[in-house]
Amino acid sequence: MVKKIEKDFSRFRSIVRGRIKKELRKYITRGELVGKVGKNLVSIPIPQIQIPHFRYGKNDGGGVGMGPGEPGTPLEQGEPGEGTGAGDQPGDHLLEVDVPLSELAKILGEELELPNIKPKGSRTIVADKEKYTGISRSGPESLRHFKRTYREALKRSIALGIYDEKNPIVVPWREDKRYRSWKVREIPQNNAVIIYMMDVSGSMGDEQKEIVRIEAFWIDTWLRSQYKKIETRYIVHDAVAREVDHHTFFHVKESGGTKISSALQLCNEIVERDFNVQEWNIYPFHFSDGDNWGSEDTRRCIELLEQRLFPVSNVFCYGQVKSAYGSGQFKKDLDERFGKEDVRIITSEIKDREGIYDSIKDFLGKGK
Amino acid sequence: MSGSTRGIKGGMSRSGGLREEIAKHASRIREYALGYGLDPFDTSFELIDHDELNEVAAYGGFPTRYPHWRFGMHYEELEKGYSFGLQKIYELVINNDPCTAYLMKSNSMVDQKLVISHVYGHSDFFKHNYWFSQTNRKMLDQMANHGTRLRRYVEKFGETVVEDFLDACMSIENLIDTHSVYSPKKRKPSERVEDLEREVTPRKIRSKEYMDRFMNPREFVDRQKKAIEDEIAKKRKLPEHPEKDVLLFLLDHAPLDNWQRDVLAIVRDEAYYFAPQGMTKIMNEGWASYWHSRIMTEKVLCDAEVIDYAEHHAGTLGTRPGVLNPYKVGIELYRDIEERWDKGRFGSDWERCDNMQQRREWDLKLGLGKKKIFEVRMIHNDLTFIDEFLTKEFCERHELFVFRHNPQTNRMEIADREFAKVKEQLLFRLTNSGYPIIRVEDGNFRNRGELKLTHQHAGLDLDGKEGRDTLKNLFKVWKRPVHIETQVEGEKKLLSFDGEKVAEEAVEGE
Repeated sequence: MVKKIEKDFSRFRSIVRGRIKKELRKYITRGELVGKVGKNLVSIPIPQIQIPHFRYGKNDGGGVGMGPGEPGTPLEQGEPGEGTGAGDQPGDHLLEVDVPLSELAKILGEELELPNIKPKGSRTIVADKEKYTGISRSGPESLRHFKRTYREALKRSIALGIYDEKNPIVVPWREDKRYRSWKVREIPQNNAVIIYMMDVSGSMGDEQKEIVRIEAFWIDTWLRSQYKKIETRYIVHDAVAREVDHHTFFHVKESGGTKISSALQLCNEIVERDFNVQEWNIYPFHFSDGDNWGSEDTRRCIELLEQRLFPVSNVFCYGQVKSAYGSGQFKKDLDERFGKEDVRIITSEIKDREGIYDSIKDFLGKGK
Repeated sequence: MSGSTRGIKGGMSRSGGLREEIAKHASRIREYALGYGLDPFDTSFELIDHDELNEVAAYGGFPTRYPHWRFGMHYEELEKGYSFGLQKIYELVINNDPCTAYLMKSNSMVDQKLVISHVYGHSDFFKHNYWFSQTNRKMLDQMANHGTRLRRYVEKFGETVVEDFLDACMSIENLIDTHSVYSPKKRKPSERVEDLEREVTPRKIRSKEYMDRFMNPREFVDRQKKAIEDEIAKKRKLPEHPEKDVLLFLLDHAPLDNWQRDVLAIVRDEAYYFAPQGMTKIMNEGWASYWHSRIMTEKVLCDAEVIDYAEHHAGTLGTRPGVLNPYKVGIELYRDIEERWDKGRFGSDWERCDNMQQRREWDLKLGLGKKKIFEVRMIHNDLTFIDEFLTKEFCERHELFVFRHNPQTNRMEIADREFAKVKEQLLFRLTNSGYPIIRVEDGNFRNRGELKLTHQHAGLDLDGKEGRDTLKNLFKVWKRPVHIETQVEGEKKLLSFDGEKVAEEAVEGE
């Protein structure tokens, strides 16, 4: 029997899901849910849906407690409250809701109105792959399933009472025969690689890096829902670039000058070395605060982009994170050179955490 | 319902014969309880699994309750809490005649005995505490009826429509007058005021014409006139006096469809049913704990069970800094009262005595303790209980303090240990079950059929955001602009919602 509560429970869940949709902007910018990605589930803490009441404000009231301590002693973290009376000081209960990443991507897609990506070129084949997973009662003899067939025969002979333990001969009849059968599955044949590049020169502070981290999570989540397989590579650079792992990418503390060309150069090397451009959809993302080492290097960057990276990439994305020190010149230079209409590059400025939402839309909203 | 969630403890699973064993213990414990002078309802015990228990608890103790997502939310919380080992419900008691108690099947037998004793405490309290006297003792049936009615509305009018309205009703469910049910004069449906336009003719003292201006001087006539006008104005006003049972006012006067009126009535009905449990949390839990403690330690426990019992009992009564455990405060107050009345530590002689030595040794050997606690459980609620029996000594012995949010450190901090402050804070929190006091003042505000509530400000502002959302919900019921007069940071404000936006305006001083 289905329990009565199940209905109320699923109703609650669907309300929560709607809520995630509504408040997605907040979650994106807060980044608190990013922390736990285990088994492709993300825990999103959501405040319990509180039915509003006329009641006292939260913090200013205080209450009565019990225990030792001088005036001025802070209470333990947790919920202070007396637990007296109904609904006395309801604390901010956080309820964690586990959302599968695929679901999250769907919500993200719906909410940001992201188009599905059309993988580039002629390689948009969705391959029909046959998998021999099924069993059927008819088929060619070459696909006969020997064991299943004899099992059926054995079952039948026992049921008919003709099975003789002392002379265990089992002869399959026509009806006993079982054949392997296949199912056709459509498998997207497209793989994609995301190459994240980040400027870690002195002017990129922790806040800027956090923004990059949050944005990278959402880009990952979306692209993962669009491709069969995603690989990610990470490059950090100041005046020189090097490839690092995921952890280092987000935790590295470095300072120094900035030569963006070094990262683009390395990116190009990685692509040439590891990825067959015929098979891979390539997404280079570069984040910086926009300060580059002089116009000489910027010229070099543009050259690299045009000659090397544009031809192989689906789209090149440049995100400029605003910092107190950066001049933001690089984005201006790019926009000036390529203009807003150029389909090979997308530039986006991220002023602060609030800007992440729009920036994701900039990058992914074109379905490339 | 009295759901008690306590620290988790391992339980054994048993099968077969468990029901009989429980029944055997229950009847034995019942005999003990009667022997102590308790007089519980007939109580039936249901053994159920944790997920069933969580389900029942999510429905506030009533498995047949109407469907609503908030019960689903509550259920998830309980299930998660249980599966992570954070909390466990041992038992649930329903205030009903006969009383029904749900026990968790997996409780160990010591726990079951403790819980059964505890349940008899609650059952006695339900039956004899004055504040429960007006509750419906056939609430299990009543709730099932509510459920059926609501389900019928859902079928007829659609889930979202009914749910929306139900959400709105729940939002204002605390706007009831918990004391009204004890009042002998039931409020009559408001009388319509007729013929208000009649001319105001003041009564005059009969006199000869030439004497008239002496017998009925001008001021006198004016005064008469004004009194009559006031009287009419008052009658024209709806409600005549500010009314705390806002829900009743809405039932009487809001332009509702029949099904909506019924839904609102259901919500109100249940709010009144649950109100006494909110009003007597400390007393009720204290009473049940007091009795399980006595029954267990004096009668039931065998040597092998002492440790397990002690652990459970300690878990129930445990305190953490910053949390006032109603079980603990309750049981200790009953014990304190018992001791004081046994030793005669009350009355003016005792109050006047300030010789510490004398006070310590004070014992008049009156032996009135037991009688007194039974009397207390009969007539008091938490508010009067604390007001009457929380003493300075008690406060010091149990290290009560006031905590407050310190904006400088953004933490909750111990603010004061002074007895008067502690008591004041506690009483404040218990007043009106911790909710602000709100009355409906005018159902024809600005002569435009708008609804005006007034918040009787007592030092604390309303939560602004929630207040606004509540106003929006109130609008769904009243269907005309709604207002609430309150104070925000020391200034009188009128919050309004006209169906489109929330406005806030200052109120001119009167």
